[in-house]
Amino acid sequence: MVLELKDVSMKFCTKEGNLEVLDKINFSIREGEIVALVGPSGSGKTTALNIIAGLLKPTGGEVKARGDIGYMFQRDNLLEWRTIYKNVILGLEIQKKLTPENIEKVKRMLKTYGLWEFRNCHPSELSGGMRQRVALIRTLATGPELLLLDEPFASLDYQTKLLVSEDIYKIIKKEKKSTIIVTHDLSEAISMSDRIIILTDRPARVMNIYEIELTLDEERTPLTARKSPDFRIYFEKLWRDLNEKMPKQGI
Amino acid sequence: MKKCLSKEYRFEKLKLILSQISLLIFFLGLWEIGARIGLLDEFFFSKPSSVAVLFWKYLRTYEIFKHISISLLETILGITIGSAAGILIATILWASERLSKLLEPFLIILNALPKTALAPIMIIWAGTGVRGIVLVAISILIIVTIISTYNYFINIEPEKILMMKSFRANKFQIYTKLIFPSNLVNIISVVKINIGLAWVGVIVGEFLVSRAGIGYLIMYGGQVFRLDLVMMGVVILSLLAYIMYEIVNLIEKILLKKRGKGI
Ligand SMILES: Nc1ncnc2c1ncn2[C@@H]1O[C@H](COP(=O)(O)OP(=O)(O)OP(=O)(O)O)[C@@H](O)[C@H]1O
Ligand SMILES: [Mg+2]
Repeated sequence: MVLELKDVSMKFCTKEGNLEVLDKINFSIREGEIVALVGPSGSGKTTALNIIAGLLKPTGGEVKARGDIGYMFQRDNLLEWRTIYKNVILGLEIQKKLTPENIEKVKRMLKTYGLWEFRNCHPSELSGGMRQRVALIRTLATGPELLLLDEPFASLDYQTKLLVSEDIYKIIKKEKKSTIIVTHDLSEAISMSDRIIILTDRPARVMNIYEIELTLDEERTPLTARKSPDFRIYFEKLWRDLNEKMPKQGI
Repeated sequence: MKKCLSKEYRFEKLKLILSQISLLIFFLGLWEIGARIGLLDEFFFSKPSSVAVLFWKYLRTYEIFKHISISLLETILGITIGSAAGILIATILWASERLSKLLEPFLIILNALPKTALAPIMIIWAGTGVRGIVLVAISILIIVTIISTYNYFINIEPEKILMMKSFRANKFQIYTKLIFPSNLVNIISVVKINIGLAWVGVIVGEFLVSRAGIGYLIMYGGQVFRLDLVMMGVVILSLLAYIMYEIVNLIEKILLKKRGKGI
């Protein structure tokens, strides 16, 4: 297990009183798997990731994580005044891990993922998809055991989104990273993940967990996954979970 | 192609500067003629030629340099000490949310206070020399510097701070790698505003006590109804302020170039 959540609960104290966001969440992440976290808007997915990343303390339960955690947000949060290379080594710089091996690793990733020519450019000169890749490499550079992606493609247009999710999927699988990906897009969840965890409306509980097993003639990537006959079946299951059991909010 | 563009750009710029100079000459000419034909009362408005003659006199005796250098010294001290201290205090307030909440009402009151009204007290505190005048200049610009810099600092996107924290960055690293560099341009613009404010402080201070400086010249000219002296002081003042502004502009350009193209 890379990560284990045991009865994790979270309450926020707000002006209107206590806001219960997470209610005894239990799940775990296995080595090398991609897990999608799906749930209605405002159900507490980002809060869950913040707790896993250690940016928030849960009010109940415990999080057991093995090793470092890398967090990638919806926006790429690249620093405009730094070059691409300088952006990518930001985490290493902060953690004082700018060793020759790590620098070599970063350079290899920049080359492998088509960003080497842009290493001396500034983020404003790159497309949205490229920026997202830079953000991912920055997150991977510090060598985390677990990756958290919070709606990483939400700011991209549909076409780019498909291509970038293809890219990011390949990178994650190649680097063999266990990953939690939060998304609103059911097709994206099915096409990217090995398992899907569905959260209920706030306060969020785990409603269902699906293992995604797709029959495919070719190698599985997000694009080929969409061709599998099982894809529709999963989609309908998820749709039912999110809409029939939670009719008032939907997604 | 690129060269061609920059040539065109330079030509446009030259055209603009020439028009600006002609506008200035036109205005001065109007003023001179107006005074000569009696449309403007020379006693109240003086005229460009008398100002020039007077300036030449001050230049020949080197007296002007005494006044310029003392005012410049006061202004530069006021800007640097006031800006640096203001930015430092803004940094401390950013680092300690509790302190900034505690001090917020006091800062607002201090900001609303008409600082020039307190200038006499400050001069009593710090003496009638350069020290007192520099203190007046600092008092005028430091509160605005603190408030605006602090507001820039806290207005950073929260997600960027989370990103830094996800790499386990400490407060110092968040400041040096995120907060300060992302606000470099804003800080420079604060310093640019401070140029004008420091001059206000210096002139007010010199009005009150000094025996030398541009403010003293203007004050003295006003008292003895020498409007050419007043006008000369004002012209020198605006030229000095403009030059200082351009120097800060240059520093900004060099800084931005140094760290790459940036924002
Ligand atoms: N620091 C906080 N203080 C108070 N309430 C908060 C805080 N952070 C989040 N919330 C509330 O908790 C609830 C869950 O927020 P969260 O961002 O985790 O939802 P989400 O599932 O990520 O939503 P979305 O799909 O829209 O991104 C929301 O109602 C939000 O307003
Ligand atoms: Mg969210």
